Parts: sequence; C-alpha cells; structure tokens
Amino acid sequence: MIFRYIILFLILLPLKVFAVIEVDITRGNLSPLPVAVSPLSIDKDSKEEFKKILKKDNIGSEISKVVENNLKQSGLFNPLDKDAFLQKPDIANLKPRFEDWNLIKAQALITGKVTFVDEKLRVEFRLWDVLAGKEMMALAFTTVPSNWRRVGHIITDKVYERLTGEKGYFDTRIIYVAEEGPKTKRIKKLAIMDQDGFNNKFLTLGNELVLTPRFSPTNQMVTYLSYFRNLPRVYLLDIETGMQEVVGDFPGMTFAPRFSPDGKKIIMSFAKDGNSDIYTMDLENRIVERITNYPSIDTSPSYSPDGKYICFNSDRSGYQQIYVMSSNGKNVKRISFGTGIYGTPVWSPRGDLIAFTKLHKGKFYIGVMRADGTGERLLTENFYQEAPSWSPNGRVLIFYRETKTNSKGEGFSAKLWSIDLTGYNEKMVKTKTDASDPSWSSLLSN
Amino acid sequence: MNLRKILKNGFLILLASLVLTACATQKKTTGQLQGDVYTGKDSVEYLASGVPDRVFFATNETVLTTASRETLRKQAAWLRKNSKITVVLEGHADERGTREYNLAIGERRANSAKDYLMTYGISSDRISVLSYGKERPVDSGSNPLAWSKNRRSVTVKAN
Repeated sequence: MIFRYIILFLILLPLKVFAVIEVDITRGNLSPLPVAVSPLSIDKDSKEEFKKILKKDNIGSEISKVVENNLKQSGLFNPLDKDAFLQKPDIANLKPRFEDWNLIKAQALITGKVTFVDEKLRVEFRLWDVLAGKEMMALAFTTVPSNWRRVGHIITDKVYERLTGEKGYFDTRIIYVAEEGPKTKRIKKLAIMDQDGFNNKFLTLGNELVLTPRFSPTNQMVTYLSYFRNLPRVYLLDIETGMQEVVGDFPGMTFAPRFSPDGKKIIMSFAKDGNSDIYTMDLENRIVERITNYPSIDTSPSYSPDGKYICFNSDRSGYQQIYVMSSNGKNVKRISFGTGIYGTPVWSPRGDLIAFTKLHKGKFYIGVMRADGTGERLLTENFYQEAPSWSPNGRVLIFYRETKTNSKGEGFSAKLWSIDLTGYNEKMVKTKTDASDPSWSSLLSN
Repeated sequence: MNLRKILKNGFLILLASLVLTACATQKKTTGQLQGDVYTGKDSVEYLASGVPDRVFFATNETVLTTASRETLRKQAAWLRKNSKITVVLEGHADERGTREYNLAIGERRANSAKDYLMTYGISSDRISVLSYGKERPVDSGSNPLAWSKNRRSVTVKAN
C-alpha cells in the first residue's frame, strides 16, 4: 500500500559543485564530521495544517530530528547541539552566516523549508560547505504528509551521497522475526520496520513458527519459511496485499529461501531423506531446477548481484564450509579455509565480498571475505550471533545476537545489531520485542 | 500417592544437586553424558511402558549411538505390536549452530531414526519426519548438558 503512494517528485534546483568536504567511509571513522542540522523552517499556516493532519507541533523540527538521528547512527557524522545554533532556521535557509556556523565548528550545514501545498508536503533543503562558504546541493520534493519520516530519510540519503560519494541506506526497511515468550516455546511473527526502528508493523499473527524472511529486489515481496500446518515450507508474501502462497510443491521441507537478483526466481534448500540440496523455482513458469546434487547438507544459498554465481553452505567436507559455484551448479569451489566452521554466506550488493557467520572455539563471529576466499576479516565476536544482511550500499551489516542464559535457563534475549564493514560503529538496533533474522531492503526511492 | 510424589520430587532435587555438585567439581562425566551425548532420563517421555520416546546425538553428529539403537528397537517392537499407529519423528538441534544448517541437521537426525525403524520392519508410510532445527529446545540452558538434551529425535504419535 505504502509503496504506491510514494511517487516522489524530485526537482533538482540549480547547483554548483565545489567538493571541499569529503567523508572517507573506507576507514573506521574515529572523528565523525561535525554537521549542523538546522530545523526545517515552516510558516504559520503550514504548521497549523500539518498539526491537524500529523498531530505534530512542528513537523519541520521533527523531520530534521530524523535526519540528525540518521547521521548520528551512521557513525560518520556528529550532529551538533541545536542550542548552540545562532541563526534562525528561515534566515539560515536563505543565506547562512557562515561565520556563525564556523564558530560552533560545523563543517557542513543542512537547512530547509517545509510547506503545505495542495494537501501535500513540500520540502526543500540545502547542504552547505561552511568552510568554503558554498552551497553544495539543493533539492526539493513533494509527497503525501504521512510520508514525513521518509522525507527525513531521503534528505539523509542525499547528504550522505554528496559527502561520501556513495549511495545512502536510510530510506530503507528491515524485515525481521519478532520473538516473544519462553525459549522453549517461542512465538515468532514476521515484522517490518523502517531502518531506524519506526513504523513497526507485524505481518503475521504468531499462530505458526516463521523464520528467515528475505526481501525481493523491489521490496514488495518477502520469501520466508513458515510452519503452517506443521509443514515447514518456503512461502511468498505480498506485503501490499497480504496474499501468501507456498513456493513449489515439494514432498518435504523447503527452507533457506532468497530471491535471485532479478526477482524472477527463488533459490532455496529442499530436504529429503536426510539430504538437503539447493533448488530454484521460476516464479513465472513455476519450473523447478535442481542446482546441487550431493549427499551432504547444501543450504543458505545467496546469488552474486550479477546473478552469475551462487555462494552456499555445505558440509560435504565433513564440516560446514562456504562454497561458490556458477548459477547452473557447475564449478563448485570451496572458499573458506580458516580455522573453525562457517555458515550463512551472503553476497554483498557491491559484489566483491561475502559476509558470513563463523564458529570457532565456542565463539561466534560475523566476518567478510572476498568472493575467492581471500582477505578474511572478522568484524565482531560474541557468545552467539549470526545471519548478516547487507545494507543496500554494502557498507553496513545487520545481524542478530542471542545472550547466554544463566544456570536456571533465564536471561535469554535476541536482538538486532548493526556494524560497519570497517568493524566500527557496532550498535544495537532497538526493537519493541526480541528480534532475529533481519533482512535489509534495497533503497525504496533512488 | 502424595507420599510417592514427595519422594519423587525429593529424588529429583537430590539428583539435581548431584548434577550441580558434579558440575562444580568440573568432572566431565556427570553421569548423564557419554562423550557429549545425553544418557539421562530428564525430559524423556514414554510411548508405552519401557519404550522411551527419544534418542540423543553428539554435537554436529547424526549417527545413532548404541543406546539410541536400543531405544529405537524398542520403538520398532512397539510399532509392530500397534500396527495402526503412525508417528512423526521430530528432529532437533542445539542453539550452537546457524539456523538454516540446524534445520537441515534436524531433518537428518530424524531420518537416521527413521532409517533404523525401517530396517526393523516399520513401513515408511507410517513414519513422517519433521525438523524443528533449534526452534524448540526442551532445556533453555546455555550449557553442555542442556545442549545435549536438545540434540534429539523425538518419536511422537500422530494418530
């Protein structure tokens, strides 16, 4: 439903480019860029209108709070305290007094204006280079008022892209499994939320166990495992309509589903007689193809972004390791050779890296390696964590972490965490309930 | 009846304290583990008198132990006597593995049990297999003994 409403009108205002500020996202950023996010200015009438519709006193400040929080969470920016701002929002948006912003050590400044036009919300914003005293970017767009949080995310994406040279990941959603109840009888529901934890919504009721949801490339569909009628099968769910269907007609458990990068196929495991192999099903003509045929557990398949290769998890060597093969199942090659066992490989949207879970000496790690298996790097270590999912720009990983229970079996929790590819900026992603199996959407708008 | 309950509970407490002291002195055999396969009676239910409902596995393993085969022979005998009964073999893993792989290993464990029942004359029509991976532990502990109870295949009456 939401997706249909979000036709955004992007109008590029004239802009001159003087790249002075740059944020390097390839290294762990220990000194985040000081940035001032001036509240979006708003005229009296618009303010009243939005107050009526959205029940927010000042939607201009609310949107800039979204931007501020996004920038802060990224770890690359340090949004400065608004109390120190000398210039009023409306005047700053016309022509900032750079000396004032320089004084509080801001290097970049974001200003803007929000107005109520024809029942719609219109936003314009500018990004300024304070040291050079120059405008770096100016954009305006119009959308339905209820999309106001997305407006904040889109502004952040544009600012992030302008300052880092790479696409952002803020106008995105996370689909995950919400968990409740005792560990021995967990109730699990599919849930979806904005990347920053807002607009949380449950997609299933919790009547049956659900696991491992994954977005389609266009974010309209989700494929996941459901124990409906105690038959664990891969399902397809249309988020807009709520329609669900079983994927294929397999005489046994299907699991570990993912979409192909073109969205036309589901790749998954099918388990029969103690042997799990990888299959694909074409969603248009329903043709099922067997990809692996080996007397071992072959699971957790994930396509390379160009669709030419598949990485997957297999214990054909005796223990869980990561393998890469051509998408037709040929040229199987093991790529994980470090100490320990490896699982949940998932190909980066940039194509160069594969993220994984590793178990070694009783500890679980989230790590990355190149697609040829070289350059293994472990990002984080804990008692239990697994299932990394990439941000659409391939810079951040989200995964879940479980705590150890005490001797009475108490104290269990499962939470989502995110970490930069650099290994810095590890953060818990707040969710109302316990959470696991996160999957990051692609950018909702470009 | 009441007295029997009290005695039984008292026995369980005694057993639990024995286990705890055994853990405290860091002995590897608590009397309930052989290697890391569970050999105790806790959580075990009975399909009929003398017919335990479950078998346990070593970490990352799906092969049946001697004790497991003995349990399954008893189940096969019981199934032969009660030819109308059908069963579901529910395979499980402990929490120390990735979710998807654990689903597969649960399926493999249940199939190890199924294959064995079949060699003792039980028709495959009467046995279905269901893996829960690590989704339904019986013991919520995060310790080797709890994990050993959770690595299991449970035979459940389906009708």
